[in-house]
Amino acid sequence: MKQTISVLVENQAGVLNRITGLFSRRAFNIESLAVGVTDDPTVSRITIIVDSGNNMVEQVEKQLNKLIEVIKVRTLEETNLIGRELMILKVNANNKTRQDIMTICEIMGAKVDDISPTSMTLELSAEPDRLDTFQAMMRPFSILEVARTGVIAVQKGGGKI
Amino acid sequence: MNGAQALIESLKREQVEQIFGYAGATICPAADALKDTPEIAYTLVRTEQNAGHMASGYARVSGKVGVCMVTSGPGATNLITGIATAYMDSIPIVAITGQVPSHLLGRDIFQEVDITGAVAPFSKHSYLVKHVNDIPRIVREAFHIASTGRPGPVLIDIPIDIQQAQLKKFEWPETVNIRGYKPSVKGNDLQIKRVAATIAKAKQPLICAGGGVWLADAREELLELAERAHIPVVKTMMGISLMPTDHPLNMGMIGAHGNHCANQALAKSDLLIMVGTRAADRAITSPDEIQRRMATIHIDVDPAEIGKNMQAAVPLVGNVKVILRQLLDLDIPVSDSADWLAKLRDYRKAELGRVFPQRPGSVFPGTAVRRLGAKLDDDAVVCVDVGQNQIFTCKYLPQKHGRLLTSGGLGTMGYALPAAIGAKTALPDRQTIVVCGDGSFQMSMNELAAIKAGNLDIKILLFRNHTLGLVHQIQQTPPYHGPFGVDLDGSPDFETIASAYGIPTITVTEEDQLDESIDHFLAHKGCCLMICQVHPSVSTTD
Repeated sequence: MKQTISVLVENQAGVLNRITGLFSRRAFNIESLAVGVTDDPTVSRITIIVDSGNNMVEQVEKQLNKLIEVIKVRTLEETNLIGRELMILKVNANNKTRQDIMTICEIMGAKVDDISPTSMTLELSAEPDRLDTFQAMMRPFSILEVARTGVIAVQKGGGKI
Repeated sequence: MNGAQALIESLKREQVEQIFGYAGATICPAADALKDTPEIAYTLVRTEQNAGHMASGYARVSGKVGVCMVTSGPGATNLITGIATAYMDSIPIVAITGQVPSHLLGRDIFQEVDITGAVAPFSKHSYLVKHVNDIPRIVREAFHIASTGRPGPVLIDIPIDIQQAQLKKFEWPETVNIRGYKPSVKGNDLQIKRVAATIAKAKQPLICAGGGVWLADAREELLELAERAHIPVVKTMMGISLMPTDHPLNMGMIGAHGNHCANQALAKSDLLIMVGTRAADRAITSPDEIQRRMATIHIDVDPAEIGKNMQAAVPLVGNVKVILRQLLDLDIPVSDSADWLAKLRDYRKAELGRVFPQRPGSVFPGTAVRRLGAKLDDDAVVCVDVGQNQIFTCKYLPQKHGRLLTSGGLGTMGYALPAAIGAKTALPDRQTIVVCGDGSFQMSMNELAAIKAGNLDIKILLFRNHTLGLVHQIQQTPPYHGPFGVDLDGSPDFETIASAYGIPTITVTEEDQLDESIDHFLAHKGCCLMICQVHPSVSTTD
């Protein structure tokens, strides 16, 4: 089962190393990880996605809490969260294929960031499943490069972490 | 004032009186500042790992934070095992390491190593100091983190240029405020009531006490609870000296290498109350089985221990001493445990009266520690190493009101001798004994120099069987096919080694010499080595 853990940490060097270390020493794989500074410049938010059992997530949450630089940890409710990922995708494009690519972009809500005689660079921000679909649709045109940010997420409603 | 002076001044503010260390280029500014500080004594170790173990022994008997200080690179990497050993047993130490100049970090220059990165998995926290003005705050935080909540080692890595830089002003923070670190102290009142109610219902309750009871200084509270509620007590290796052997509620040590009586108690109890123990594999070999068969209460300062190795029906998080006091303030019902206790006492009696095997020309370790224990001071500190010597001592050494120190979690061979040096340095008036094997002794016998330099009265009991006994024992059990790589060929004549340091030796080869030899051994003024000849095929299950 996929779970999304949101962690508030001190915005300092070495913190990420300690956090990922907690996962690797237990041989747990991190599916996705995204870090960014919050509205308070001394605090960063790390969003981690893991695929594993409940017990493991509970233990990881407790271990994360033990780290001195970790301020808050919360496993988000999967059914009640807003999760988004940004993808930038560069694909082969020529006069014959450009229009087909544009059609898919319109359907999926992707934006064109750059264009050249042989390529197009596209941008899509959505739920990861939707990015997967978009990526699959682009594959026949021959993808040159893909960069994805990893998911960031917040819980719906007025509460905060 | 430069950074090094600020460091030493900060240590003084933390009431540090002793540092165990090894000098080197990048820690020279700190050494220089220490030179002008007669309030802090310094013990030179012979390898950095032992500085960690000495700090650990010092911390465990004094209740203070132990401090060690070494240089960068190999000094720091040698210290790693000392830090990991302290981490696994939750011992509060602050380790200070020198580091190469900050502008050269990451260039693999002479004696550079990423020590904060290396110790991350087994330190409670670590600091790489970047600004000289941060030193007082970092030292204050490091001692706070090391000694509160679940204690543990904290490392401070200080580049040499930061040690040499001038401070604007030495500002000692009066309080510590770390927003991500607020350890629980008091137990939840509702849970406390649930615990009391659960105890009231039990017919065959059992307390399992671990090292956390020592760390919280909660020995008295534990005994009071056991005595008031008539609950028998078993201990893990880390909690072994919490109760005297002759205490009517003491049922011994549990675990794979534990006492039969204690394991019987664990198997048959209907309520297990774990206090300050993580229920690791060596103590509780089948946590699932226990979970299935009996109710469990788990009292621990570390919330992450709850449910890590075993799911407890009633978890209770907070300082063990505070929680036990909260429980004692309630009207704890007396368990109807008379039949249960009578049964356990029969097992206990049988075990304590057990007759050990005898072999001419050798001494059985169980016999030796039993006789030794009978003659020790009431509050003696016994440091025991790892291997068969550890099992025999933990199982059979009669406990009084002293301490038994060993590397319980990591099982670090060579721990006992340096830990004893640390303990003796902290409490010079306490009788201090090392029990080790000829394998573990050779891992730290270089520290006889520290004993000699400090003129320390430490008694060393060495079991000599010319083999790594416990590994030998494992290798003789399926799926293995016999001993390999365990014979200690090439071992020196330990008597000659000791005499090179001016330490006398008593050698015992027959059990009828034991009593007289132990008397001479303990009566000797100053360090003395007693070698007991042990048969190589002796097993801890004999």
